Amino acid sequence: MNNWSNFTKGFIKENPVFVLLLGMCPTLGTTTSAINGLGMGLATAFVLVMSNLVISLVKNLIPDKVRIPAFIVIIASVVTVVDLLLAGFLPALHEQLGLFIPLIVVNCIVLGRAEAFASKNSVLSSIIDGLGMGLGFSFALLILGATREILGSGAIFGYKFIGDNDGMLFFVLAPGAFLALGYIIAIINSLRKA
Amino acid sequence: MEYFVIVISAIFVSNIVLAQFLGVCPFLGVSNKISTSVGMTGAVIFVMTLATIVTYLINDLILVPFNITYLKTISYILVIAALVQMVEIILKQVSPSLYQALGVFLPLITTNCAVLGVALLVIQKDFNLMESTVYAIANGIGFGLALVIFAGLREHLDMMNVPKGMKGMPVALVTAAILAMAFMGFTGMV
Repeated sequence: MNNWSNFTKGFIKENPVFVLLLGMCPTLGTTTSAINGLGMGLATAFVLVMSNLVISLVKNLIPDKVRIPAFIVIIASVVTVVDLLLAGFLPALHEQLGLFIPLIVVNCIVLGRAEAFASKNSVLSSIIDGLGMGLGFSFALLILGATREILGSGAIFGYKFIGDNDGMLFFVLAPGAFLALGYIIAIINSLRKA
Repeated sequence: MEYFVIVISAIFVSNIVLAQFLGVCPFLGVSNKISTSVGMTGAVIFVMTLATIVTYLINDLILVPFNITYLKTISYILVIAALVQMVEIILKQVSPSLYQALGVFLPLITTNCAVLGVALLVIQKDFNLMESTVYAIANGIGFGLALVIFAGLREHLDMMNVPKGMKGMPVALVTAAILAMAFMGFTGMV
């Protein structure tokens, strides 16, 4: 597999959210607006790249039996770094994402890529894989976040376009997340089969 | 009374899956049959309660006194992973029948964000040990309630004539949306 297809597979063909259906909790929980979704996606992408990088560097040093706990410790360290960085530089976003930042640790995508890709491949291709998957995840969260923000508050990236009207609050609340994601996946499924 | 409010709000008002979006992966993953969802619920209540008690004590006795609360994420996830392994080993020896019922679900729980989420939430909410334990049990029950209802709906859904693009996950998500809407009816109860 060349680097380019390794990079682009995360966007459409193996998109973690729309196709693999991994990492549903942050996908549904943080996408109340486009900017929150994008922030969460990029935080996860950073964790993916860093954990893939470190794991592919130390993959030969870790005994096979304890590899999963070792991967989790590496991922948790990177997540702690992200948590502290966000709290320091983007406190507003940190406040919005709240609990979902420490929960990146248990996001199946991160451990999934560590186990399925970084523990078997070279450093460079692991970084590219992490970047592609991470940006694919961000892309999915951005689409879902934008959909919910447009329908739910009549705005995009905080810029209101329908005057004083407030949009359908339903899409900002919990059920709207399930509904919007369900229909987006349905659209993608029927496009892929067509 | 205090505990009653914690229980009702954890199970119905801010249901962990349908209102807080924690544990959505197992919610969508193991909800094909009612029997498996009941097994998963048992395992989650068990591990969630145990993990919350242990992480609460670790936070109170180690992390806070030594002023190293920034290590929360790392220590909690390690404790949960170790705990799940330990429970699996002990259960195998002590109660093979219970192990048979819960065994397959135990490894899945390490990456169930509801467990880590509840452990972090009780610290955020400033609960004491007793309140944390009650909160963990109630959240486990809330998770189970949502999961079992959803599994029941999906068993019926399998026999329905669903449009081609909506088959599988999309129609399950739309069903979850309606279920979440039903749970929103509890808003403002406490």
